[in-house]
Amino acid sequence: MALRALLGLHIHHLLLRRNPKFQKFPNYFNPTSLIPRSRTLISRFSSTVGSGKNLILTKDERVGTSGTVEGLGTIAAIVTSLGGGPAAVGIVRLSGPMAVDVASRVFQPAKRNGEVPWRPRSHFVEYGLALDLEGNVIDEVLAVPMLAPRSYTREDVVELQCHGSDVCLRRVLRACLEAGARLAEPGEFTLRAFLNGRLDLSQAENIERLISAKSVAAADSALAGMQGGFSALVKGLRKQCIELLVEIEARLDFEDELPALDSSMLIDKINLMWHDVQQALDTADYDKLLQSGLQIAIVGRPNVGKSSLLNAWSKSDRAIVTEIAGTTRDVVEAHVTVQGIPVTLLDTAGIRETDDLVEKIGVQRSEAAAMSADVIIMAISASDGWTEDDKKLMEHLQMNQMSTSFATPMILVINKIDCAPSITEELFEINTRIFKKHVCTCAVTGQGIVELEKAVLEVRGLDSIPAGGRRWTVNQRQCEQLLRTREALSRLKSSICEELPSDFWTIDLREAVLALDEISGVDISEEVLSNIFSKFCIGK
Amino acid sequence: MRLRLRPMAAAAAAAAAVASPIIPSFLHPSRRLRLRLSLSIPRSTQRCFSSRSCVPRRRLTTVAASTAKGDIGGVEERFDVIVVGGGHAGCEAALASARLGARTLLLTLNIDRIAWQPCNPAVGGPAKSQLVHEVDALGGEIGKIADRCYLQKRVLNLSKGPAVRALRAQTDKREYAMEMKKVVESTPNLFVREAMVTEILVGNNDNVEGVHSFFGVDFYAPSVVLTTGTFMSGKIWVGRASMPAGRAGESASQGLTENLQYLGFETDRLKTGTPARVDRRTVDFSGLEPQHGDEQVSWFSFDPDFHIEREQMCCYLTRTTKDTHKLIKDNLHETPTYGGWVEAKGPRYCPSIEDKIVRFQDKESHQIFLEPEGRNVPELYVQGFSTGLPERLQLALLRTLPGLENCLMLRPAYAVEYDYLPAHQCSRSLMTKKIEGLFFSGQINGTTGYEEAAAQGLVAGVNAARHSCGKPLIVLERESSYIGTLIDDLVTKDLREPYRMLTSRSEHRLLLRSDNADSRLTPLGREVGLIDDRRWDLYQSKQARIIAEKQRLKSVRVSGGDLAAEVTLLSGQPVKDSVSLESILKKPHVQYNVLDKHGYGNNLLTRMEKECVEIDIKYEGFILRQQSQLQQVHQFI
Repeated sequence: MALRALLGLHIHHLLLRRNPKFQKFPNYFNPTSLIPRSRTLISRFSSTVGSGKNLILTKDERVGTSGTVEGLGTIAAIVTSLGGGPAAVGIVRLSGPMAVDVASRVFQPAKRNGEVPWRPRSHFVEYGLALDLEGNVIDEVLAVPMLAPRSYTREDVVELQCHGSDVCLRRVLRACLEAGARLAEPGEFTLRAFLNGRLDLSQAENIERLISAKSVAAADSALAGMQGGFSALVKGLRKQCIELLVEIEARLDFEDELPALDSSMLIDKINLMWHDVQQALDTADYDKLLQSGLQIAIVGRPNVGKSSLLNAWSKSDRAIVTEIAGTTRDVVEAHVTVQGIPVTLLDTAGIRETDDLVEKIGVQRSEAAAMSADVIIMAISASDGWTEDDKKLMEHLQMNQMSTSFATPMILVINKIDCAPSITEELFEINTRIFKKHVCTCAVTGQGIVELEKAVLEVRGLDSIPAGGRRWTVNQRQCEQLLRTREALSRLKSSICEELPSDFWTIDLREAVLALDEISGVDISEEVLSNIFSKFCIGK
Repeated sequence: MRLRLRPMAAAAAAAAAVASPIIPSFLHPSRRLRLRLSLSIPRSTQRCFSSRSCVPRRRLTTVAASTAKGDIGGVEERFDVIVVGGGHAGCEAALASARLGARTLLLTLNIDRIAWQPCNPAVGGPAKSQLVHEVDALGGEIGKIADRCYLQKRVLNLSKGPAVRALRAQTDKREYAMEMKKVVESTPNLFVREAMVTEILVGNNDNVEGVHSFFGVDFYAPSVVLTTGTFMSGKIWVGRASMPAGRAGESASQGLTENLQYLGFETDRLKTGTPARVDRRTVDFSGLEPQHGDEQVSWFSFDPDFHIEREQMCCYLTRTTKDTHKLIKDNLHETPTYGGWVEAKGPRYCPSIEDKIVRFQDKESHQIFLEPEGRNVPELYVQGFSTGLPERLQLALLRTLPGLENCLMLRPAYAVEYDYLPAHQCSRSLMTKKIEGLFFSGQINGTTGYEEAAAQGLVAGVNAARHSCGKPLIVLERESSYIGTLIDDLVTKDLREPYRMLTSRSEHRLLLRSDNADSRLTPLGREVGLIDDRRWDLYQSKQARIIAEKQRLKSVRVSGGDLAAEVTLLSGQPVKDSVSLESILKKPHVQYNVLDKHGYGNNLLTRMEKECVEIDIKYEGFILRQQSQLQQVHQFI
């Protein structure tokens, strides 16, 4: 989480400032050459201009890059979890230009006892001792050197695998800090990986999601994102936008040297792109569900078998089941997973007019649960058929929904199907407007549960997600940028249809590229230009 | 005697060659290098030493100064601003500086070549025309001279949007130079002198004190603008043959690069080229496609005093043929790039014909424009046909072009290599970060083009003048103008090819149009002091007229009638009853002249003013959106 916060904090800076120079991270921030120079610059400038005088348009220099300079250095942190029970192994990671130096002050290889300096071979594990600055042995460790650029951060990285207790890890970390490293900020390793071009922004975000994944499907989706499924789509879209920009802009700067633009080809391409963006947006919903899960409230009048249904679905005896109407007084939760999505089932008290104070509160809670759920399952009993009470309850639920002006999808479950196998079809014809699906179940045998799961996915529009969920999804930030992209493309289409001059088309195309850039984080102008020059024969 | 010594080598050589009394002067904290002359001109070292230590700012300037008569023989040449170079950057810089009241010296290698157009005889074009309008809005000269000396004018990108609409003028190159020279010579406070500057004189505080010329004269000023163009260690190439020159027939400037390097500046080398000129009388135009100027001429300058129409000349279009391509392919090894003897990079947007043919193999033919260079000269500029081929092949190559089968060549195509200073060494005021009071502008900053040079020249000239009297320097924000974008790109990006202004370099170009260059920049020009009362009055009344007209269009409503019928026809959209003229103008394909046609126009407005009104109204939504985007970007900076 902290990583997300940190990345989020830096995103705008990076997007605006990230240019080719930026990727030469070490040179750019070389403290020995840059800082003194900028200092003399500032002091001379202030003496030239004189204090108190105002410049007409703005001050001359863009001072203020110095803030990023402190980001340099070699960082260290414990990268395995702390505070839990003692684990067998824990890792202290060092990254930065001095990582090997720092490590060699802490780590003493067993093979060449006392030999200094330690010259590690990249990706070659060595066994040895960790020493503090006084030379006391503080742990036995394995050192894993990963030298630049073949490392997570593209800097020199050394990982020290220590014994997993908090004491060992903290002592080794402290030794590293004393040896010249500084404590890493939360998420700083990933930030460096991003700054050094090892990851783009959406990949970096997926790493955070993988670390905090709570279900297999969430982890799979994050992995797919890390491996660049989504990045590839964004890159593809961006590339197409740039291509179109190139086509248009080349004709603005070099009018008399190129044939006229084929605008129907342009519109076709834009439509395709629009479609791609829309598809990506569709996954946003799924992503939210992967992260937060789905809440399903089971409601109904008393004694239609809601609790049995919950038990059958969750394969447990979570809820007490009796023949007595009104057994369930409070909301009972059970957890299941539907196609990788964590689902919370809420069994509720049967809704009816009652004088029993406890049951009354239970009924209120049932309604509240129904109001906040993502899906409402209304259960009826096949043996009783569609009763007047069922109708009342349904109308009641509808009223509640109208007051919130948000329609939660509802599914009708006809339980106890074993008691009345020939349940009539006309029952549903009245209700298809309200219930998106109906499923017949038998809680006792577990019949219909699979169909019910399918129906849940269907009403939430998740049925198009391939089974197993091994597919990337977009998060909130990416979703916003995709919406921006889609809007830009929509405006672009209308600009073209209204026959606005072609310069106006570039405005929205650029907007689309900018939005896509914020997903992965790069810079355009020069790219458009170099594409123009490589693609067209231009020049007089 | 022409020594081209690297500074360090020079120091060693001098120390070895000159008698010991000279040596103490090297211990003096001064960074100056005066070696070349001390090798060849005998003088009283005693005097030299004492005069330096007593009066650090004064130096021996001439041989006469070392005679017994003391200082009487030496005239101290002291100015507020010195501009080195008389090209398009130098002229704008010197004029701006002099007009701001600074005593300004323009040093040039050859007074007869002031404001010469060594390449394309044209001003303007996409993005470049915006620069010209902007320079004019700030009180610069390039637009007026181009308006005065045009041979042909065309508006490009007419249908592609108001922001990319661009005026281009073919100019009479001799007339252009003469007119600019006249202006330069008649401007008060501005002094012209021929000199080759070899050194920058630097004071103890890393401040500029003046320049030193090849013939041994020192000129003093607290601000110096270098606009050396292609002259600094320039070398021209035709085929394998090369010679030191800034342009064909003009000697290069030697020594300054080494001096700048010694002062700690990073220099690099760029290459550009110019095509051959052919004799118009030997070209058969009968089969060529003529390209006429616009019937209704547009203007660069916002000053109506310069809107004087003249007869236009025609350009012609021809194309490369199979023979052209074959000749080039057979002789690629004879070109500098493919033969491998010139390394400096040329511009991507100005490739030689061999580059075009090698890189775009599938293209069977390339357009070539034939442009007149003047009304009274036979020279034709063969645009799109620059080449590094040796001269013996050039005529044959020209004769492969339709219409040129029997042509005679007047000047061969050549390439020029020159030193420039990557402009990250300047701040956005164009003052160098290293030496206070030293400004760079024009090709020395790695740009190409007269317009880019003029734009920088104006900024450097204004700031040099302001610096000389202790005023704060001005900076044009990137988002304010193409000039700002140009300079911001130059000082922040790592450019390694000649920089040409292009519309795609501007992120918010809808806001930076030609038509609003004056409302963006003339108030600044006024505040700086380059816009006189007459121009200011013109400007203010123009703005008032535009505002009043927009008000009028908002309030006047029409119902039905011929206008509504024609608008429906043009736009394909229905016209409501009692609709304002403003909403009518917002409809697609409806232009102001439709209002004129039906008697709803305003005769008080000029064509340009009507265009401003139309753009402001028609594209209001887009303009507002770009403005808000700009503000969003600013929040993060």
